[in-house]
Amino acid sequence: MDWNTMLSYDWGAMMPEFIILGTAMFLSILDLFWPKHFNRRKLAWLALTGIILACLSLISLLSFETVSILSDTFRLDSFAKAFKLLLLFGAALIILLAEGYEPHEGLREHRGEFYYLFLTALLGAMVMSSSGDLITLFVGLELLSLSSYILVGIRKHDRKSNEASMKYVINGGISTAITLFGMSYLYGVTGSVNLGEMSRTMAAMTDGQLQYIMGLAFFMVFVGVSFKIAAAPFHMWAPDVYEGAPTPVTAFLSVISKMAGFVIILRIFLSLFLTASGDTFGALDFLEKNNIYIASLAGLTIIIGNVVALRQQNLKRLFAYSSIAHAGYLLVAVATLGGGYFLLDTVWFYLMAYVLMNIGVFAVIQLLSSQSGSEDISILAGLGRKSPYLAMAFTVFILALAGIPGTTGFIGKLNIFLGTFITEPGHFVLAGIMIAGTIVSYVYYFGLLVQVFFRPIHSEMVIKIRPGLYAVLIICVIGTILFGVAPNIAFDFIHDQFGEFTDFISSK
Amino acid sequence: MNVYLLSLLVFSPLLGIVMVALMPKKEERTIKQFGIFGTLPPLFLSFFLCSQYYSGVALSLFDIKLNWIRFGNLEMYDPKLFTVDFELGLDGLSLIFILLTTIISSLAALASIYIKKEWKGYYLLFLILETGMLGVFTAENLILFFIFFEMTLIPAFFLIGRWGFLEREKASYSFLIYNGIGSAVLLVAILILFARTGTTNIAALTQMMTMGGVSLFAPISGSMKYGLCLAFLVAFAIKLPVFPFHSWMVRVHAEAPPSIVMIHAGVLLKIGAYGIIRFGMGIFPEQYKSLAFTIVLFGVLSFLYGAFLALVQTDFKLVLAYSSISHMGIVMMGLGALNEAGIQGAIFQVISHGLIAALLFFLVGVLYERTGTTMLPKLGGLAKSMPIFSGFMLASGLASLGLPGMSGFISEFMVFLGLFKSQPLLAGIGVIGLVLTAVYVLRAVMLITFGKNDSLIETEKRDFRGWEFFPALVLLGLIITVGVYPNLLGGPLQGTIEAMMLALGGR
Repeated sequence: MDWNTMLSYDWGAMMPEFIILGTAMFLSILDLFWPKHFNRRKLAWLALTGIILACLSLISLLSFETVSILSDTFRLDSFAKAFKLLLLFGAALIILLAEGYEPHEGLREHRGEFYYLFLTALLGAMVMSSSGDLITLFVGLELLSLSSYILVGIRKHDRKSNEASMKYVINGGISTAITLFGMSYLYGVTGSVNLGEMSRTMAAMTDGQLQYIMGLAFFMVFVGVSFKIAAAPFHMWAPDVYEGAPTPVTAFLSVISKMAGFVIILRIFLSLFLTASGDTFGALDFLEKNNIYIASLAGLTIIIGNVVALRQQNLKRLFAYSSIAHAGYLLVAVATLGGGYFLLDTVWFYLMAYVLMNIGVFAVIQLLSSQSGSEDISILAGLGRKSPYLAMAFTVFILALAGIPGTTGFIGKLNIFLGTFITEPGHFVLAGIMIAGTIVSYVYYFGLLVQVFFRPIHSEMVIKIRPGLYAVLIICVIGTILFGVAPNIAFDFIHDQFGEFTDFISSK
Repeated sequence: MNVYLLSLLVFSPLLGIVMVALMPKKEERTIKQFGIFGTLPPLFLSFFLCSQYYSGVALSLFDIKLNWIRFGNLEMYDPKLFTVDFELGLDGLSLIFILLTTIISSLAALASIYIKKEWKGYYLLFLILETGMLGVFTAENLILFFIFFEMTLIPAFFLIGRWGFLEREKASYSFLIYNGIGSAVLLVAILILFARTGTTNIAALTQMMTMGGVSLFAPISGSMKYGLCLAFLVAFAIKLPVFPFHSWMVRVHAEAPPSIVMIHAGVLLKIGAYGIIRFGMGIFPEQYKSLAFTIVLFGVLSFLYGAFLALVQTDFKLVLAYSSISHMGIVMMGLGALNEAGIQGAIFQVISHGLIAALLFFLVGVLYERTGTTMLPKLGGLAKSMPIFSGFMLASGLASLGLPGMSGFISEFMVFLGLFKSQPLLAGIGVIGLVLTAVYVLRAVMLITFGKNDSLIETEKRDFRGWEFFPALVLLGLIITVGVYPNLLGGPLQGTIEAMMLALGGR
């Protein structure tokens, strides 16, 4: 590869990544040379500017045809665009959340690190969504993981934070190793790391022996990724890590990191396993044959997430289990492949809904727990009387998480259900589990609302909201209701901008 | 104008919501006035619609249809596939339920004057609840129906849990869980239909299911149709509620504030009957027909079970709660009779019980306000100190047990008329319930009005005050009007019932 070929690449396609990378580097240098007494909180606005610029450059790229550069390792197709948009949107909200974070101890002296590590993690997720081969995918994954290990432990003198970081590193390391092992099998079988080439090879492969190995590879990659999205039974780290991490990082893990997990699942599974042949006659598709495993994991995740959430007294743990359950709902969409018609819209829409409602919830938790110094459910008590508007916002998020009509959560679930019922035979058992899980979730979600509205006031402390948090709350409330009442805005956007994601699925 | 009239009707409580929301928390009087005022626009609009109907304007003129959501991207097959429109419509059946809703809502808003705390939140939720109920009865597609259906659930949960009696939170939780399960079953049935047919429009589905239509994806097999019909029936039987699913409703009746029970017993339970008629009977006539015996069986069971338990209750609210279960049994019996008299009787019973239950719970509210209890052993001899109240109590009791000339008689008479024709055995068993009804109603009413006067309650109680006459007189007036001139309801229902009979194979 000489200089001329380097120059001939359409580097414009990587503009958003370059902007994020540049911002991260700029922030790290600034942090290094900035006098100690300068408040690092101001970096938040710089980071936000970087994210917004990246977002704008991505929007300007939306109308472009699929671009594939660096010998097909980096693709900017409709899938990448759609999910990068979501990642950047969620990241912007979380930066605003972090701006308003008031730790009791710890984060202050490491604030600078927080922002640029956050940006590198985001960069990792973005690279993953654009990756055209396994190596890029893995580099992105590692960039995301390593950054988030440090982010979790960033409160250096906090015991819980340290414990969480340790757990996360060990668990994450194991999962990465397993994923990589699985990927090495895939490379061994197909002789390539390029997703497009691999899928062509695998579609033509009818040797039973090789298919067996492919099955193993599938399981290992799937297990590794299940760690990332915190699907049961690989969810054990999630509650501890969520509890120990600072709230903005918890929000990051539950939203951005999970989204990145789904990005890998969709990238690998749809481009490799969807078209791979599942039996020696090439009559059955691989994913069709093996989606029972994804389906069982989805069911298990929903059950464990919802049932264990019932007994949680710590808000962050509760939402850790709630987010496990939501990962289960999303896995249902993956397992049923949206009936072949709804998959990517469904996942995209649900993740968008999830960004809005979950970040909103974490904004409220952060606000209350930093005021009271506790994370117990009881800090919600009497919120309805103390601060009716905040309580109203919280109610909107909770209703959305519970999937009540009029919110994004309902439309998201409805989409998933459509996918499960459209085929013959429909995935009735899975749908049944999901419905049952939703009913169980009513108990703990409404339990929170009972605290908010029915219980006497917990403490008379006046709630101060920083401007960043205000913005987060307002954006999330408006988004949750708007896309719940008029979801066609989002759907039309998907269809107009990304078509049917045809260039993603068919170009392989 | 005509086109937007229905949306205006459904969303008109928003005006009241805005006005109440703008009031400062402490302005008790103004908030209450605005809250009551907020229920008036829908009331007047529904009267206007009604007058239009009686002056011969076709109700379909008021239908509205706007493009709303499109799922998936299946334009290449058919642009109408997987779309959900915002469509509201009206027929005779809906019109009657709308009238019931607006009248009872206004009266219940008036009765809410007894609410003692946080009036602002109360009236806000109350008006949202009304919007939801109006939406349920006008929705033309299943998704829209479900959205409005859930819209009644959430405010009711808070209204029960915040403003109810001692065990209110338990009651609101069991309300939420039972109804949550009901709506989950409903949602699954709706979505299977949607996924397999690509539409949720009720008229289109009715046609597809009865005449047979094109199925684009996987077809709906015969056994699945049974399953769906059963799912609809179960979902609405929970709402109604029918015997094995009733326990939540007893708690709600006992623990919710009386003004909310007026709405709950008067309108919310009726969504169950409306749903069975519209969806169970309307979309799956074949399957419904073969389930008719079971439906009647459960109807008779609830009728007798409710009546027996009402007989032994010591709390007047519980007597009324079990009486509601019993009366909803009559509705099921009528719906299972599969003939014109039975179905008409069932709808009459729905309306009549709505009015009677609202009146009775209004009286309970008055009673609780005066005496602070509803326990029968503690009450008694009120006829001396509160003669007018006792008069109303007696009248509503008589209406409840089905005295000729009152609305209850017409409906019970027609239901049994229909049922003796199709299921004589079960009808014969059911008749025992009529006797029991008379016994428990008279026992409870007599204990309160003439029974032994206990020293626990001081004798000097104020009788009805100025405004309190209004709801009682209006409701009693309506009960007697329907009882004397049932054709008032029969007219608008005629079209709907004829269509049902046609689908059921006419008998």
